[in-house]
Amino acid sequence: MKKLYVTIGVVLFGIFIQILIWNNIINPYYGIVLTTMAMFVILSTSLNLINGVTGQFSLGHAGFVAIGAYFSAIVTTRMSLPFPTFVIFIIALLVGGIAAAIAGFLIGLPTLRLKGDYLAIATLGFGEIIRVLFLNWEYVGSASGMWGIPKYVNFLWAYVLAIIIVLIIVNFINSSHGRACISIREDEIAAETMGVNITKYKVMAFTFGAFFAGIAGGIYAHLIQILHPQNFTFMLSVQILLMVVLGGLGSMSGSIAAAILLTLIAEVLRGFAELQMIIYSLMLIGLMLFRPQGLFGRKEISLNNLFSKNSGSISFGSPKK
Amino acid sequence: MDFQQLINGISLGSVYALIALGYTMVYGIIRLINFAHGEVYMLGAFIGFYAITGLGLSFFPALIIAMAVCALLGVSIERLAYKPLRNAPRVAALMTAVGLSLLFQNVTIYFLGAKPKSFPRSNVITWDFMNVSIRSNQVLILGTALVLMVLLRFIVQKTKMGKAMRAVSFDRDAAMLMGINVDNTISFTFAIGSALAAAGGVLVGQYYGMIQPFMGMLPGLKAFVAAVLGGIGSIPGAMIGGMILGVAEAGVSAIRGGQFSTYRDAVSFAILIIILIVKPTGILGKNVREKV
Repeated sequence: MKKLYVTIGVVLFGIFIQILIWNNIINPYYGIVLTTMAMFVILSTSLNLINGVTGQFSLGHAGFVAIGAYFSAIVTTRMSLPFPTFVIFIIALLVGGIAAAIAGFLIGLPTLRLKGDYLAIATLGFGEIIRVLFLNWEYVGSASGMWGIPKYVNFLWAYVLAIIIVLIIVNFINSSHGRACISIREDEIAAETMGVNITKYKVMAFTFGAFFAGIAGGIYAHLIQILHPQNFTFMLSVQILLMVVLGGLGSMSGSIAAAILLTLIAEVLRGFAELQMIIYSLMLIGLMLFRPQGLFGRKEISLNNLFSKNSGSISFGSPKK
Repeated sequence: MDFQQLINGISLGSVYALIALGYTMVYGIIRLINFAHGEVYMLGAFIGFYAITGLGLSFFPALIIAMAVCALLGVSIERLAYKPLRNAPRVAALMTAVGLSLLFQNVTIYFLGAKPKSFPRSNVITWDFMNVSIRSNQVLILGTALVLMVLLRFIVQKTKMGKAMRAVSFDRDAAMLMGINVDNTISFTFAIGSALAAAGGVLVGQYYGMIQPFMGMLPGLKAFVAAVLGGIGSIPGAMIGGMILGVAEAGVSAIRGGQFSTYRDAVSFAILIIILIVKPTGILGKNVREKV
């Protein structure tokens, strides 16, 4: 019951913010920043599912975002579906997500035989290949980019989607499937000995992560309204990975906090113009040097362990290491 | 693919090989994908550029200065950024490497501007043999790269430091117990790797006649691909991997008069993935059996 109230409260908060944006009390530019924040929350939690929870080091998340963005934009610009806009948008998001999930599945099957750095570099390669394919696909504007995408996304859309996705991911982690994923992260051989189907769960985590990344891509496309392959380089993957690492591998609340924090920092640094990236990179190095395990480590901050000391926390995995 | 493309590919490939050597040595010794390595290559090109235009030096002294400065830079990167993270989670070191790469790129842009600079090149002579033209700067690239690789081979196989490097990359703890100064050995590895990358940068500068702050990004990644392709940790592997990549790229650019040249970047990654799936340890990599 308490969870229900909290969820309702959180949704009402989003509606409240959206009303403030509609009434220009929050300036529309900040509205966009808040929407971006919600999008990055989806991206970082979905990557955390792959990298932090299942322990499979992926550097190709930008590729899935690109697939989601382009395919959802194809639905809204290249097809004229006889539905009201919000139905079209939901269809577009789902199409983007499913396209990304299919890509994740196809990429995951062969590459997840690889481990550690090899997997990282293979996924990086796939991300780049996907980008080059879009760069050469004339139907979506190839190098000149895809223009004229309608602006369907507002803060509330992104916010509600982020909440739904975070809830799905957290519930997934706490399910038996999620536990299996964690066991793979902790010790692959031991997990296999205990009868966990390693390939199945790795591919499952990869496909889920790609699906949510695709949905985030759909949000991106209908927020920025212009798509260009250059927006989905290796640097985007790094940006998302940074949020995951900074928040703490495996900690969902950490990923959310880091996504919000880093989007904010990027906005604040915009004022420094040319020094922006220098400060950003110095900060990144500093954070990694002084807090290599991430801000939250593997701990979770949740309402349960904030307000009552006795009820068990939802943290998972062993606190050691 | 004709013989001409093979020559173009080999000259490009020898540069990939030079950068890949640094990657492979660093990975071999501390298991870190040093993403900042591509930026060392970029900085090497810029140092070479200023040594030639600013100090009025000729090509080879500029090459040596660039190599020396980048060797120092490599050592300082290792000491300041990677050494404190040697026992931290690997992903933290990796993110630091990415951060360093961003930092170097943006510091260069801040001080020198993002615009490409034209690299002074000596007169290019072209020789023709049976429809194949070989340019003098291709000979220069290949010659310098070969000399450096032979030198590296000598250092690694015949000197005491090389022996220490091999020992540390084989088993760090055992090497420490045998009285090898592991920290110095790792720093030395960074110095050599960075010097080779700088040489690659200067060579590319005079080959294309153009340098810019973003030039390190993609060649850096591709050089890593080359290192993985040849078998990471293996020095001859890096050379072979670099050559294969260079020739493959030149070949793709040449198909149907450059129709597929935009796929060039995808090809190297596609090769990488195929190799990783077929033989994950690379062409010359050793198979390490996993112990439970």
